[in-house]
Parts: sequence; structure tokens; C-alpha cells
Amino acid sequence: MTQVLVVDDEPNILLSLEFLMEQAGFQVHTAADGESALQTINAITPDLVLLDISLPGISGFDVLEQLRQDPRFKRLPVIMLTAHGREVEKEKGLALGADDYVTKPFSTQALVQKVHHLLNEAG
Amino acid sequence: MRNEAIVLVVAFGYLALLFLIAAIGDRRAEQGRSLIGSSSVYALSIAVYCTAWTFYGSVGRATEAGPSFLLIYLGPTLAMLCGWMLIRKMVRIARAQRLTSIADFISARYGKSQSIGALVALIAVIGIIPYIALQLKAITVSYAILIDYPAQTSLQHAESLFFADKSFWIALVLAVFIILFGTRQLDASERHEGMVTAIAFESLIKLLAFLAVGIFVTFVLYQGPVDLFARAAEDPKLLHLLGLDNVPGGAAGWVGLLILSTLAFLTLPRQFQVMVVENVDERHIKRASWLFPLYLLAINIFVIPVALAGLMLGEAAQTPDSFVLTLPLAAGLEFLPLLVFIGGLSAATGMVIVETIALSTMISNQLVMPLLLRWRHLHLDHLYDLSGWLLGIRRVAILFILFLGYLYHALIGDSYSLVTIGLVSFAAAAQFAPALLIGLYWRGATRIAAAAGLMGGILVWGHTLLIPGFAQSGWLEMSLITAGPFGIEALRPYQLFGLQGLDIYSHSLFWSMLVNIGLILLVSQFTQPSRLEQTQAVLFTDALQNEHLHTPVWQGHTSRGELRQLVHRYLGAQATERLFAPFQCEGDLCDDQDPAPSEMIHQAEKQLAGALGSASARVLINSVVRGEALDLQAVLSILDTTSQTLEYNRRLEQKSEELTRIGQELKEANDRLRELDRLKDEFVAMVSHELRTPLTSIRAFAEILRDTPDLPATKRQHFLEVIVRESERLSRLIEEILDLARLESGRMTLNLQKLNLVEVVQQTRDAVARLYEDGGVTLTFTHQAQDPWVSADPDRLHQVLINLLENARKFAKTGAGEVSVSLSQVGRHLRLEVEDNGEGIPESEREKVFEKFHQVEQGNQARPKGRPRGTGLGLPICRGIVAHHGGRLWIDEPADLGGANVILELPRIPPPAQAQDLDAVTTEPSP
Repeated sequence: MTQVLVVDDEPNILLSLEFLMEQAGFQVHTAADGESALQTINAITPDLVLLDISLPGISGFDVLEQLRQDPRFKRLPVIMLTAHGREVEKEKGLALGADDYVTKPFSTQALVQKVHHLLNEAG
Repeated sequence: MRNEAIVLVVAFGYLALLFLIAAIGDRRAEQGRSLIGSSSVYALSIAVYCTAWTFYGSVGRATEAGPSFLLIYLGPTLAMLCGWMLIRKMVRIARAQRLTSIADFISARYGKSQSIGALVALIAVIGIIPYIALQLKAITVSYAILIDYPAQTSLQHAESLFFADKSFWIALVLAVFIILFGTRQLDASERHEGMVTAIAFESLIKLLAFLAVGIFVTFVLYQGPVDLFARAAEDPKLLHLLGLDNVPGGAAGWVGLLILSTLAFLTLPRQFQVMVVENVDERHIKRASWLFPLYLLAINIFVIPVALAGLMLGEAAQTPDSFVLTLPLAAGLEFLPLLVFIGGLSAATGMVIVETIALSTMISNQLVMPLLLRWRHLHLDHLYDLSGWLLGIRRVAILFILFLGYLYHALIGDSYSLVTIGLVSFAAAAQFAPALLIGLYWRGATRIAAAAGLMGGILVWGHTLLIPGFAQSGWLEMSLITAGPFGIEALRPYQLFGLQGLDIYSHSLFWSMLVNIGLILLVSQFTQPSRLEQTQAVLFTDALQNEHLHTPVWQGHTSRGELRQLVHRYLGAQATERLFAPFQCEGDLCDDQDPAPSEMIHQAEKQLAGALGSASARVLINSVVRGEALDLQAVLSILDTTSQTLEYNRRLEQKSEELTRIGQELKEANDRLRELDRLKDEFVAMVSHELRTPLTSIRAFAEILRDTPDLPATKRQHFLEVIVRESERLSRLIEEILDLARLESGRMTLNLQKLNLVEVVQQTRDAVARLYEDGGVTLTFTHQAQDPWVSADPDRLHQVLINLLENARKFAKTGAGEVSVSLSQVGRHLRLEVEDNGEGIPESEREKVFEKFHQVEQGNQARPKGRPRGTGLGLPICRGIVAHHGGRLWIDEPADLGGANVILELPRIPPPAQAQDLDAVTTEPSP
């Protein structure tokens, strides 16, 4: 079963993402900060990560950077989530190796499509 | 018949005495013990105004025209009383520029113009000659009467040869006399102190003589003035004489004569000589301004009595002009007639001496020298010593003037009374007045305009007074007067353009002044003054303001030798040595090849101007000085330009400093703006971030609810609650952002009320009590303030306090949280401390928490884990509200509990009167 890790420090957003991914038929793991996100990734090696940028402690960018340095997670599909609508952040995320980018508030259907799309590509 | 020899001896004796007095005067002046250093002498010298015309003629005029003879003296009285400032101005200018005559003066005013000088000199000679003739006539007639009385004197000089004519010899004697004491020295501007002394003495003699006659007539021939007038009153014809109505020309005649005598007093060459050129001390003018009128009063006081007596005592056979002499003669007196003769002689000689000296100076300086200097064939510039020439010219001029005077007297003099001749001269001299007076007060008058005015005026004078005079003497056809020249009626000399009803003098004065003044004013509008003219105009018009009345400064250069040679040629060795003594070189430091200092050139010009007139002096100096004469105006304008440039530079500097400063300010403002712009961008980004977060939840769950119809009821309920909570969060956020915007733009309105802070704190405590209980945090409140009253908006204050208490609760130690609130009084403020027992805030962070979205900004990078999140706007809003209340909000060192210690200070206000009791109650510790 496809495993998806959802990382966000906003409990309600986390809740909604968790529900959406479950509805899409994935096994969902959650993390509220960068550190626990890395731990979970190391532990379960998910098929896809939905990663918020502004996290307490280690930020989303830091998490992504660390992932891409690890050969195991070099090709792990990652979709960045951000409440900042700024172009620079999008570019920075893509430069760091993010596969896609979603701005909050997002369309749930579009998000689910992107996830499916990425998983198909990877798969 | 009187012994002619005795009279001659007395007359020559008198002249010798005069000469002696003049010599003493000169000697004393050389010794520096001037005899004329008093205003009395000055006033007496001005009395040279009273000539033989006054001495004999006043009585004659009084018999014809009553008291109108007084007009001739009223004019000068007015001029002296009211015009002494004008005279002082002229004196000051003449002294500063070493001007030697009225011709020199007027020429100097119009740019040291040679042509103006020559014109004035020419007019003066033409105009004054009759006046000199008048004096000769007076002397001749009085001499004849004295000798021949009681026989009728008949002066048949016209038919006899000139050497048989006594007046010729008188003229000659006078010429010699004047040459002897008038041209001993060359420098005409070195005042003739001897002459002035002699003139003052003569004024004294003529006054004494006239008073003697007056007293004799009034008190000896009659029993005092009352008796005399009473007798005269018996004769209606005589009574008429006393009336004011028989002045020729009526009221206009009065005014005309008054103006004429006023102007002439200022412009007659001899008056200018004694009043301006010979003045030694300006202060004398002020005193003379009443001393001289007093003299006029004294010399005129017996005119009417003598006239009346003469008419009553049947002297009508004689000419009234001689009553002064014939009355004592008729009484058979021996000594008095002689005294009167001497008095008349003194009046005549005084005038002739001064007038001739003045005229001869003009002739030599303004007419002859300029011509000679121009006449290259004479090679004057190669002659080493010209000082002899100058003296010679003057001496010839004196002879020439007196000869002309004699000629006029011999040819025309008989047909006029003394007064008439005098007035003709007056009218000529008055032609100088416009150029002089306008030039003194109006800078705009130009040289060409002055020349036009002078020429126009004198032509009218010639046409209306001089030429008709020739006609009346029989030298020209009488039809000239009656029918006009060439039969043109409009040009009849005494009724020019049909103007009638005026006496001939007022008539002439009117037309000549109209032409003269009109031309000056008109031509000035159309002509441009030269630079030197402008300079002089400024110097003249501003004479009383300007302390430095110097003539233009020389900027060119010449050698000492050349300059010395020049001065030597015109002034002689002695004067040259004297002049250059102050510039003597010390030792071998300089020789004649060295350049002359400009002050030396200036002195040389001044000295030459004294001898030759300012115009000629300038020409001469110009001949040796290479380079431009830099006139004062030019210097001033250079200085002006320089100072303007300096000023301009200074202002430029100021401006550039200002610009630099403004640029700096602009740069700073720009930096500030950039910073503000950056902050605004950040703020907008933060706001959008903060808004997106709740919005994301709302949208996500709303879409989930929409897309998942088969959602279990509990989940549905849960998701809907999330949407509601997040919506509330969004509203709160928006509210806070608006608050912040209001605070920052200063548009927050406060509903200020008098509030008891203790009460407000207690209310807030009640409001948050539930949350504290749920969190297990204890809240204590202590207060020591006496009058805890503040002026505040209750809602806003409540908002702040809730914010502070909520923060404290959130940051208090988890599990065993403690928050203490204490109120105290610090000076004029009430201090509220809210402290928790949490981790506290490091010092470096204490100010940052008051920045907007502080924690958000931080969270982007490394937000300390496990901290609850606020909007990041609470504290900035609190601080803004407190500041709006005039208070302060900050975070201090931890006190008792060791956590964050937030301190709020608000200004204390006196408690409201009715609230005293309430206050006492509420400060009681609550149960």
C-alpha cells in the first residue's frame, strides 16, 4: 500500500491532509515538525511526502535538503506546501529538488491529482 | 565846490587801507592765525551782496516803487534762512573737489565738462559786466556830485575822449588795485583770506556810512521817524510811495522779484565766491543765516526815511539815486558827505573786487586755459614754467573785465537807473540756478541738458532784457521793442508771445526759466551721462550723506618725476615742493623714475584744479598719467561687482551645502522609505501568510465536506467545528490587523474616561479566570497605589490587559504556572507588572517581541519548538494602544517569579471628586 507522509505544524491543516490522503487510498503518516518528519521518513521510507515549509525547529527547506543528500531519498517525490505565495520560495523549493509546489489555500482535488501524478511517474 | 585833491587823497587812502587790511589778512592766514575764522566776518563778507546799487540805488528805487526795493533783500534773507543746508552742501562739495568758481562748480557737476565751464564763464562775463559798469557809474557819479555840488553834474563822457572820462580812470585804478591784491597768489582755491578780510571791512564801512546818513536825516533833519512820517503823510503823493501797490507788475512782480533775488543771491559769481569758495568753516553758515539778514535789515532800515526826506526837501532835481549823498551835502556838512562817498566807494569796490576776481578766475580757468591747452601750436606742453602764464592770463582778464565794464557804462549805462542795471545782471546770473540746483538734487540731469538749459535761458534773457536795453539806449531801433524784431509781434521782447501784465524782469524770468528748466528736464530724458558725469552726479547729489567726496581715484601710473614736472610747470617751484613734501622719499629708496603713488597723483590733480579748474586739471593729469582714470563710480561698481560676486559665491556655497544636506536628507529619507517599503512588503507577506493558514483549513474542510457526501456524522460535525473556529481566528486576525493599521496611522479614536485601574484589573482577572483555572495557572493581584485613576478608553485598556494576562498564562511554567499582577505608584505614573514563572525572554529578544509578526518571522527559520503560536500582533497592538494613552509598555528583568516580566505604565490622574469613597472601597482587599 502506498505510504504518504504529511508534514504540517497547523493541526487543522494536518487533519485535512490526512483525511484527503486516506480518502485517496493511501496509508498516511503525519508529522508536526521537521525533526519528526525526518525520523518518520528514515523509519518507513514513504512513497511521497507533503512537506510544509514553515515548521518549528527544522524548516521544510532544511528537511528537503537533507533528504536530497541521502541517496535513499534522492528520488523520493516531495510536494512542498507553503502559505507564502512568493515566487522566490517556489523557485528555492524546486531548486532544492522538490517535485511540485502547492500554495495554501489549495484545491483539494488538484492536490490529490498532483499526488497521483507524481506517484505514477515515480512508479 | 570841494577840493578835489582832498577827495582823491581820502579815496586813495581808503584803497590803501583796504590793501593793508588785505595784506594783514593774508599774512595772518599764512601764519595760521586766520582773521576770518568767525561767522561774523563770514556774514559781513556775504554782505558784498550790498553794492553801490544798495547804497545809492535802494533809495532811488524806493522813490519809484515804494517798499518793493526790499524784495531784493527778502530773497537773500529767505535763501539764507531756509537755504543754509543748500549752501552747506555746496561748500562741502567745493571743498572736497577744490572748486574755484561757480563755473567750475557747475562744470564739475556735469562731468568736469570744459564746455559747460566755458559756457557758464561766458554767461557770467556777459551778464555781470553791466553790474560792474553800474559800480563804476556809481563811483563816478558820487565823485562828481561830491566835487561839484550844488552844481548840476553832467556826465558827458560819451562825447568826450575816454581819457577825459573819470570813470575810465576809476576802472583802471580798480584794475590795478585788484591785480595787486587779487593775483598775488596763483592758487585760486587757496582762499583769498586777505580779500575776504578787506571785504568784511568794507561791509562794515558801508553800513556805518549808510546808518550815519539815515540817522542824520531822521534825527537831525527831522525829529525822529515819527516826525518824518507824519510830515510825509501830509503829501498824498508821498503817502502813495509807502504803499505796497505800486510795485511794477503787481503781485506777479512781487513774486518774480523775490524769486529773482533768491536765485541771484545763490548764483552771482561773487556771492558764490564769498559764500562757498571762501568759506573756512561750515559752522559759520548756520550763524550767518541770521546774521546776514540782520545786516540787510540794518542797511535798509533808513532807506524809506531818506527817500521821503529827499523828496520832501526838494531834492527832486537831483536823481533819487544820489539822495544819500545830496541830503548831507545840502545840509552843508563837511565830513558826512565824505563818509558817504567812502561808504559808496566801499560798496562799489567790494563788489568789483570780488566779482572781478571771480570772473577772472573763470576766464582764465574755464575759457583761456582750455583753449591754450588745446592749441598745440603754442607748444605749451614744452614750456617748463607755466605759472607765470597763468598769472598773466588772470591779470589780463581783470583788465579786460574792467574795460568791458567801462565800455558798457560809457555806452549804455546812462539810460538806466542803478537798480535796473542790477536786475539785468540778476536775471543773467539766475540762469545758472537750474543747472546748479537741479544738478545738486537730481542725478538724472545730464551735461547736454545743462548746456541746453543754460543756452536757452541766456538767449531768452538776451532777447527779453539785454537787447531791449540797447534799444532803449538808442543803439538799436525802438521799434524792436514796440513792434518786435522783424516786425514779428509775438517776439516783442517785453511781451513775448503776448504775455503782458508783468514787469520786464518777472517777464524775462518767467520765459527764461521756463525754457531753461524745461530744456534741462526734457533733454535729460534723451541723453546718456558719461561715466565721469554719473560719478560726479552721485558725488554732488549725495554730498551731505557721503563722507568721501573725493574726486575719482587715479588708477593709471606715472613717474614721480613726470608728475613733479607737470605741477612745477603750472604752479611753480615753491608750490610743487610744498605739495610733494609728504611724498618725499626716504634716503635712496626711490627716485623720479619710480611710479607715483595714486594719492600723490590725486593731490596733484586737486592742486592743479585749484589753479586751473577741475576740467583743465583733469586734462593735464591725463596727459602724463598712462592708463584710465578710474572714476569712483567705476571703483564702486567694481567693488559692487566684487562684493556681489562674493555674496553670490557665499550664497552658492550655502546653496550647495544646503543641497548636500538636502541630498543627505533625501538619501536618508529614501533609505527610510526603502526600509519602510521592505517592512511593508514583509508585513503584507506576513499578513497574507497568517490569513492563508486559517483559510487553508476552511477551504480544505469545506471541499472535503462538499466532495464527501457519505461522511460520517461525527466527522462531519468535527470538520464543521474546525471551519467555524478557523473562521473566528480569521476574523480576529483581520480585527487585529485593522487595529494595527489604525494605531500606525494615528486614526485610532479613544473614548477616554476616568477609570480606576484596580477595578479594570479586577474585571480582567474575572474574565480570564476560567482559562487560568483550566490551565492550572494561579493568578495573584496586589496593589499599593493610593489613587489608581487613569484616563483611558475602557475597551482598549481591557483589550491590553487581557492580552498581557493571556500571554503570561501561555508562557507560564507548564503544570505549575504562576502569574503575579502588581500595581504600584511610580512618580506620576501607575505601574502594572505582569510576571510569569516561565522561561522568560532573553534580553536581546525583549524589544523584538513588540515587532509585528515577530514570532512568524522567526518561525521561518528556527522557531523554538513547543511554543504556542499567537498571531504575532498582540504585543505590537498593546504597545500602540498604551502609547496612545501616553503610557509605556516594555519587558523588564525578571523580578520575583523569574519569567517574562511585562511592565505597563500609565499617567496617573487626580481622582474624580465623587469617586473618593468608591476608591476607598475598591482598594480594600477583596475576599
